[in-house]
Amino acid sequence: MSIDTGVPAHAPAHASAPEESRQWTARMRHAAESAFPPDQLLPDRQPAYMASWIYVFGVLTVVSLAWVIITGCILAIMGPSWWHVSSTGHFVNSLHLWSVEAFFFFMVIHLWGKFFMAAWRGNRRLTWATGVISFLVSVGAAFTGYLSQQNFDSQWISTQAKDGINSTGAGSVFNVLNFGQMLMWHIVLLPIGIAIIAGLHVLLVRRHGIVPPFAVGDDDAAAVTPATTTAPAGEPA
Amino acid sequence: MFLPVLLGALINLNGSGRYIHWGFIQISVANFVVIILMIVVFVLAILLPFPRRKRDGQ
Repeated sequence: MSIDTGVPAHAPAHASAPEESRQWTARMRHAAESAFPPDQLLPDRQPAYMASWIYVFGVLTVVSLAWVIITGCILAIMGPSWWHVSSTGHFVNSLHLWSVEAFFFFMVIHLWGKFFMAAWRGNRRLTWATGVISFLVSVGAAFTGYLSQQNFDSQWISTQAKDGINSTGAGSVFNVLNFGQMLMWHIVLLPIGIAIIAGLHVLLVRRHGIVPPFAVGDDDAAAVTPATTTAPAGEPA
Repeated sequence: MFLPVLLGALINLNGSGRYIHWGFIQISVANFVVIILMIVVFVLAILLPFPRRKRDGQ
């Protein structure tokens, strides 16, 4: 069976190219390619000053977040009757906890390093701001995680927290004594928020490059971008 | 089984938490240890040289 599309069979595939450029999909594609060229999005060369241990804590934080999400997905698939009772469930539950511990451990060191570098320099204000917001949202995710433990610890934390949160007026829409609501915040809303903001944070790092140390100087830093440097990642020039 | 038993013998996590009191400051020993560890790792990350790959001919 053939379908008559009204287009001559000999018409070239790019015949409607000028009209495509006005479509929203084409405009989005061009904007994305302009903002994030492939060699800048996934670079294989980095500035020489990146050869320092203080620059590894960002990626360690991302790796920890990946483990948090993976173990959280396993817990969601198997359910509370599994993670509370079975040995494997206890193990994965512990993995989830300790990957969160590692996540905050590395994120706070990353924050200290970037704070003392004044990492908002060189038009990196939005990179810094998304990092701060993702940190705050992560605190909320960890808090609701503590409330979702279903043990005396979570009961104690929720009853201690309710007075403080109620005093702000937020208790009417964010009831820490409501286990179902806290679990939904923990496994749906806050993870989505962290994934979006952390993803944007990483994209902005790719867009503006990593912040140089003060010794390089702001003028030099403005000229140094990942695309113009010569040192492969992990190998100083 | 040996490692968990050994670690359990070193750090007893079954008891109630221990806290440090210093004026109006109150912090659990566990949180205090984590903060100290973060400071140590932060200082080491600044001071320790990053391993450099030797290039061919060097």
